[in-house]
Amino acid sequence: MPRFLQPILAVIAGLCLGLAVTWIAGENPWHVFKILCMGALGSPYDFGMTLFYATPLVFTGLSVAIAFHAGLFNIGAEGQLTLGALAAAAVGALWPQCPSIFAPLAAGFAAVFAGTLWGAIPGWLRARRGSHEVINTIMLNFVAAGLSSYITLYLLKNSETQNPETRAIGATYMIHQFAFFGGAPVSLALPLAIVAAFCVWFFLAKTTWGFELRAVGQSESAARAAGISADNVRIIALSLAGALAGLVGVAEVLGNAGRFKVGFSPEYGFIGIAVALLGRNHPFGILAAALLFGALHKGATALDLETEHVTRDLSLILQALILLSVCAEGLWSWMAKRDVSASGGTGGASVSASRGISTAREDARPTAKKPK
Amino acid sequence: MTGTFPAVELRGLSKRFGACVANAGVSLRVAPGTIQGIIGENGAGKSTAMKMLYGVYRPDAGEILLNGKPCSWSSPADAIAAGIGMVHQHFMLAGPHTALDNILLGAEPTRLGLINRTQVRQQLEQLSHQYGLNVDWDRPVEELPVGIQQRIEILKLLHRNAIILILDEPTAVLTPQETGALFHNLTQLRDQGKTILLITHKLKEVMTFTDRVTVFRAGKVTGEAQTSQTNPQELANLMVGRKVLLNVEVQNAKPLPELAIDVKHLNFTGSRSRHQLLDVSFSVKRGEIVGIAGVEGNGQSELLQAMLHPRDPNCRSSGSVAFLGHDATNWSARKIRQLGVALIPEDRHNEGLLLDRPVSENFALGLHRDPEFNCAGILNSRNIATTATRAIEEYDVRPPELTMPAGKLSGGNQQKLIIAREFHRNPKVVIAAQPTRGVDVGAIEFIHKRIVRARDEGAGILLISAELDEILALSDRILVIFEGKIVAEFLRGNLDETTLGLKMSGS
Amino acid sequence: MIAQLLASTLRVATPLIFAALGGMFSERAGVINIALEGLMLIGAWAAAVGTLMTHSPWLGSGLGMLGGILLAAIYGFFVIRLRANQIVAGMAINMLAFGLTPFLCKILYDVTGSTPAIPIADRFQSAPAYFVWFFVALAFAVMKFTPAGLWVSFAGEHPEALDAAGVRVNRVRWAAVLVSGALAGLGGATLSVFLSSSFSRNMTAGRGFMALAALIFGRWHPVRAALACLLFGFAEAAQIRLQGVVLWGTQPIPVQFIQILPYVVTILVLAGFVGRSRAPKALGTPFQRG
Repeated sequence: MPRFLQPILAVIAGLCLGLAVTWIAGENPWHVFKILCMGALGSPYDFGMTLFYATPLVFTGLSVAIAFHAGLFNIGAEGQLTLGALAAAAVGALWPQCPSIFAPLAAGFAAVFAGTLWGAIPGWLRARRGSHEVINTIMLNFVAAGLSSYITLYLLKNSETQNPETRAIGATYMIHQFAFFGGAPVSLALPLAIVAAFCVWFFLAKTTWGFELRAVGQSESAARAAGISADNVRIIALSLAGALAGLVGVAEVLGNAGRFKVGFSPEYGFIGIAVALLGRNHPFGILAAALLFGALHKGATALDLETEHVTRDLSLILQALILLSVCAEGLWSWMAKRDVSASGGTGGASVSASRGISTAREDARPTAKKPK
Repeated sequence: MTGTFPAVELRGLSKRFGACVANAGVSLRVAPGTIQGIIGENGAGKSTAMKMLYGVYRPDAGEILLNGKPCSWSSPADAIAAGIGMVHQHFMLAGPHTALDNILLGAEPTRLGLINRTQVRQQLEQLSHQYGLNVDWDRPVEELPVGIQQRIEILKLLHRNAIILILDEPTAVLTPQETGALFHNLTQLRDQGKTILLITHKLKEVMTFTDRVTVFRAGKVTGEAQTSQTNPQELANLMVGRKVLLNVEVQNAKPLPELAIDVKHLNFTGSRSRHQLLDVSFSVKRGEIVGIAGVEGNGQSELLQAMLHPRDPNCRSSGSVAFLGHDATNWSARKIRQLGVALIPEDRHNEGLLLDRPVSENFALGLHRDPEFNCAGILNSRNIATTATRAIEEYDVRPPELTMPAGKLSGGNQQKLIIAREFHRNPKVVIAAQPTRGVDVGAIEFIHKRIVRARDEGAGILLISAELDEILALSDRILVIFEGKIVAEFLRGNLDETTLGLKMSGS
Repeated sequence: MIAQLLASTLRVATPLIFAALGGMFSERAGVINIALEGLMLIGAWAAAVGTLMTHSPWLGSGLGMLGGILLAAIYGFFVIRLRANQIVAGMAINMLAFGLTPFLCKILYDVTGSTPAIPIADRFQSAPAYFVWFFVALAFAVMKFTPAGLWVSFAGEHPEALDAAGVRVNRVRWAAVLVSGALAGLGGATLSVFLSSSFSRNMTAGRGFMALAALIFGRWHPVRAALACLLFGFAEAAQIRLQGVVLWGTQPIPVQFIQILPYVVTILVLAGFVGRSRAPKALGTPFQRG
């Protein structure tokens, strides 16, 4: 079964299941499906909004994927992107007069720096203290939410409104928005996301660091024996993951709102996990998956108005069902009667998304081994 | 065997896993009250056949008969109920639980829904006396020595009234003395009517302790004989199918004065202080092979960790390690490799290979920073591919496909791949840990020859092995390790196996 | 004031303890349970709906348990039968619960995201804070003295040994996962029908993850995990009591700092004290015979 067939089947399965749920709710599933499609692609504005939602998903998807390749679970993209956006907004608000050559770069660096920091913390904790990054990153999400709320409301509050948002950044910070999307805020962040995907692919497939990162993800002990420092790799991997998530700040603050709004993210971080897995942790697959999930999100916003019983929460349900379909690799391989093992050339960056599947090999065990 | 049915009979058993045929029509018979040896190379199918007997696998075709009655099971529970018990290669004991809990698992007597541990204790004391198997019931199993753990496994079977006992490579982790004690127990069990099937690859044991032998090769039974009427050479030929030299021709060494490895007063304590190294000092010259002989678990792993890279960050170590004259005591693994030190790890699956990655990537592992394959941080895939192709041709790695995941190669081919990689840089220092464990006889020959060639080309080689034959055949000097200390040193030609065995067990 | 704080702690810790006990069974049997959050949420929703319909918090809680069991069954199907990655499937279950619960509220009550308020007469006043300890004792007894507990422990520590002893490992894991769904669902029920007066969107607010952290802090042991939950409950109770209180200077402590306190405590605890403690050896590895 070619590599991309399984995700496509997963999407179809997830959509069918989700639309079946709407039928139980009393709506016509075909009607719902049409609303989703029209909402996502019906006009230049709609398509633009789809791209707008997809862009942060590319960043968070890459963030989760690069951690996966190192054998780590980055559930903390939500907190990393929050602080990245906050940092960009803070720089923009505190130095509004910065000349326009430097301004977006400065804010962008701040976003990346904040995200990197928020990824380095769980990376360090995992490497030096051995505490698992899943819980730590989840906890840090909440901490980031609290910190950003505090900073926004107490230090950088926009005195002109009641909304929980920071002061506006200087005009020189805003990056160019494309005009042909009917007003949807599709900015330079989109090509930035595509470039980021390419860079991540190149890093993983072609560079020494990428090789070492993937080796640690495959087998820590083999990597150590080969002279690779698993501790350093883990810290670097989660820091890079944080940096990628921080880039969402560029898309949101510099490319859209011009300020940090508390709660601006519709769970980009968590959905990034689904994006990464649907894209099989491959940067190019992630581009496609992000586009799909962006479309789902945009399409579903119309559901509140245009149906009686179905709310926009359907998009979350659909995404969950697609994710479940993807991780049911056991089901797919059973159907295709094939072994679940990744194969690829030296340059391939595809990784079996599902870890922990034990396959027993008859003659692969050494004959005599002392039990541990 | 006239007049009685065989205790166990397998007729035409077949089993395949996907494309791999593990057993193709296996037929054998075991008389009651005997010890039968089941031998064969790795991958010959003996484990599969026994697992079908024990209910772990279901046969695709064929029959299993116990005392003449056909049987089939859907799980080990059925086999256990029929009186079959198996002691696995890797013990089925959960570390933190006591011996008592490990034994009563699956057959818990209850009173009002709660486990009745006193009843089991009484029953076990009885069994212990009957068969002379003494065990401390209440300590966590992970704290007990290996020989005792094995006894617990056997008691498990007896507690379930097993009549037929299958033992899978039982002596792999025992000293010669413990092996003797085990077979003394097995003989007692046999004399009391139990039937014992002994899966092993050690021809010497088969000759000494079994009544009959069955030989497996390539999924079939190729021979069966009364032990008293055969010899090791004949058995080896049945296993491999061609005349195999059990010894490799080794010329005398011509060592150079430079020290490849120099270890002084090495101490090592893991965080679980059972495993340690005490004041170990030795050196290896370039151009010689120094073998470290010892039963597994006497400090070999700790020695490797202390020299190269500790697995356990909570360990403490002291002393010094020098490679090629450089003090490498606190060096990172990467720096040591850069110096030209090659390692054949003892556990090739966990430490030597990335099982899901293709052969080409595995070849590059550890070499990926060499200027040959790396230009300013970017990998040179073409170079890697051409070099890897040449290497797997030279080392006869089958099948010679760069894109195949390493996990799909057989044990011997995996080991050859690792050796191809490690020897690629013509290392001056080689540390080989259990280099032929789980490797078929044909590949063993190849690997031994390659190691000796490396020595003749000027490498200093430290060989750590639990296989006495290997140590005796290859080493120019032999050091015996026991409980973390070096207890003896011998020169080639100056010792016999009995003395070596005695030293390995501490006497 | 102290007595109030203690009473508050016991109340607030109750849902955490239920969830942690559920997590314990699952994880000791070898199945990672990141889905506690979603299981609690479904339990909270189902209990609120049940109580509104039947006017009995007991029946409502029963429905909450049922909701947890059903969602756990989906989780179990994916990670045991299909051997999917447990962390990914767990996150998917959480997402499903986050999406389904407000969705179902809209269908049932035509209100997006929450149920109507439950009248005070139909809610628990203090019962759950007491009977949760009965469950703690029960869990302890089961693990230590019954065959089932031994099987759960082996399933997570050395499933091959359990299989070799003739016990079906995956059946044990299924049972453990369903029990964890029931207990987590019960924990969620105490959120909506005891600690507050209705179900609202995402009301678990990370408690499922906190319960998991408490479980790890307690080294997967029922009593220690329950005590750890008390610790986290204390942090949350203190947060509620300290809002608006001036400890130093002239300004009261910003509410956000108190809000993040339990999470910071969790991180420190995991990094400092648990560090490399010993998880069940087979945790996270699907079992396949052979």
